[in-house]
Amino acid sequence: MTSLPGKTDKKLGLVIDLDTCVGCHACVTNCKEWNTGGHMAPLTDLNAYGKGADGVWFNRVHTYEVDDAPGCSRTVHFPKSCLHCETPACVTVCPTGASYKRTSDGIVLVNEDLCIGCKLCSWACPYGAREFDVFEGVMKKCTLCVDRIYNTNLDEVDRVPACVLTCPTGARHFGDLGDPNSDVSQLVAARGGVDLMPELGYKPTNKYLPPRPRRTAAADVGATAELVSAPGGFLGWVDRLLSR
Amino acid sequence: MHPAASIIFFTTASGLGYGLMAWAGILAAFGQMPLHRGLGIGVMVTALVLVSTGLLSSLLHLGRPERAWRALSQWRSSWLSREAVAAILTFIPATVFAGAWIFLDHLSRLAGVFTALGALITVYCTAMIYRSLTPIKQWSNPTTVPVYLALSLMTGATWLHAFLLAFGAGSARTVLITGAVAVISIPAGYTLKRRAWHYDPTPAATIQSATGLGGTDIRSVEWPHTEENFLLKEMGYRVARKHAERLRQIATGAGFIAPLLLLVVTAGRQDWLATAAAILAAIVMAAGITVERWLFFAEAKHTVALYYGR
Repeated sequence: MTSLPGKTDKKLGLVIDLDTCVGCHACVTNCKEWNTGGHMAPLTDLNAYGKGADGVWFNRVHTYEVDDAPGCSRTVHFPKSCLHCETPACVTVCPTGASYKRTSDGIVLVNEDLCIGCKLCSWACPYGAREFDVFEGVMKKCTLCVDRIYNTNLDEVDRVPACVLTCPTGARHFGDLGDPNSDVSQLVAARGGVDLMPELGYKPTNKYLPPRPRRTAAADVGATAELVSAPGGFLGWVDRLLSR
Repeated sequence: MHPAASIIFFTTASGLGYGLMAWAGILAAFGQMPLHRGLGIGVMVTALVLVSTGLLSSLLHLGRPERAWRALSQWRSSWLSREAVAAILTFIPATVFAGAWIFLDHLSRLAGVFTALGALITVYCTAMIYRSLTPIKQWSNPTTVPVYLALSLMTGATWLHAFLLAFGAGSARTVLITGAVAVISIPAGYTLKRRAWHYDPTPAATIQSATGLGGTDIRSVEWPHTEENFLLKEMGYRVARKHAERLRQIATGAGFIAPLLLLVVTAGRQDWLATAAAILAAIVMAAGITVERWLFFAEAKHTVALYYGR
């Protein structure tokens, strides 16, 4: 059913820290690794080692140069995946009922057995979160690792999305953004997390933490100069002679 | 947006087919349609073939065409589903109307009214598919629905006029009516299309809001991938401004100006010259509107292009 739930019990999503992300693409790689065998498998690659390589990925990292102060710019790495919006038009435009938003946790999923591959959902998503699998003829998208986060075969510590688990800098956080007391909600409040394209009204669940303000000078750490005292004896006499 | 040939053909052909059957139904409802079997075959078979091949061509666009029937299920939320339902329902009165006309020598006013209603509702649903796509400013604005309806009625009226003359079936009064409808619909259609072409060109979002980053300038320095991916192939299509300008001129000339001149010059006549002019106008207009439809897709810019610095 492509009508949206009025309210979801939880709002599971990601918080992505643009200050910490170093653009290593580990999240991209682990996402591909898990999901090519997961709920939406396979993530088909076409011509992977040749010219015109193409394939399905749920997570992509862009890199931008941002002029954020006069005469200064900084590099920002920007991971982008499905934002599991509260009002996802990708779901309501679906003519077959293949796309749906879960009432329990708000995750947006595609039932690949119902998808006719009309691609309209990918047109309706402003973020480019959905990618078409030309080999399977159906649309694919991020599942928020629905097959990990509830997976009792995994250790509890591993029941998070693959991208979050693998991030070496801790730039990705997973949790319930509908609960104001959750760690992710507190993080968003503390760091001034933002929605992407809020003006379009999709109400994305995922939040982005903007880079921290630039520091123009290093703080004084109080380190005193500790110089090596000149040696005495014969070597001292040679040193003085040569330093003259 | 990628201008897919199947979708361009579908929207143009079905728009024309529905416009043609809508006018046939309306004129029949007002008792202005001549009961001429050849004309009935010409008009209704053409309309039904255009609509059917258009729908079939849109099926080719699907990744899994064998599951297309599932598209009828989500009419509560999806305009694409509503379009599919409306298209199929319209076949019922249209087939009854055509069958009665061709086989029973009877012009059913009731079937005519329902054919026209169904045809216009289907075109409306087609337009609403595009109208409701928020990420694409060129579509998601108040000009889209009027343009689709106007161009469908304009091409339909021009073709009906050509059929009437070609079959020598219409009375002077009928030919005058269809000619007048066609001649009035062309400037109306052009006015609406021009308004759409010049509609507020600011994009639906900015790179600042798309990334949540402040700063005066945000430059894409590295893409996530080295080759074009699905997003760029499907939604990153760019048409050179130079070519867009030239193609708009072609669409204007062929879609509106040439047919209008041809119809105005031969207005009030029913001879071979008027017939030739009406047929030429119908063909040139269809070609012009195909160019218009190509531009409708090719010039549409999706917000995902912002992420790629396009």
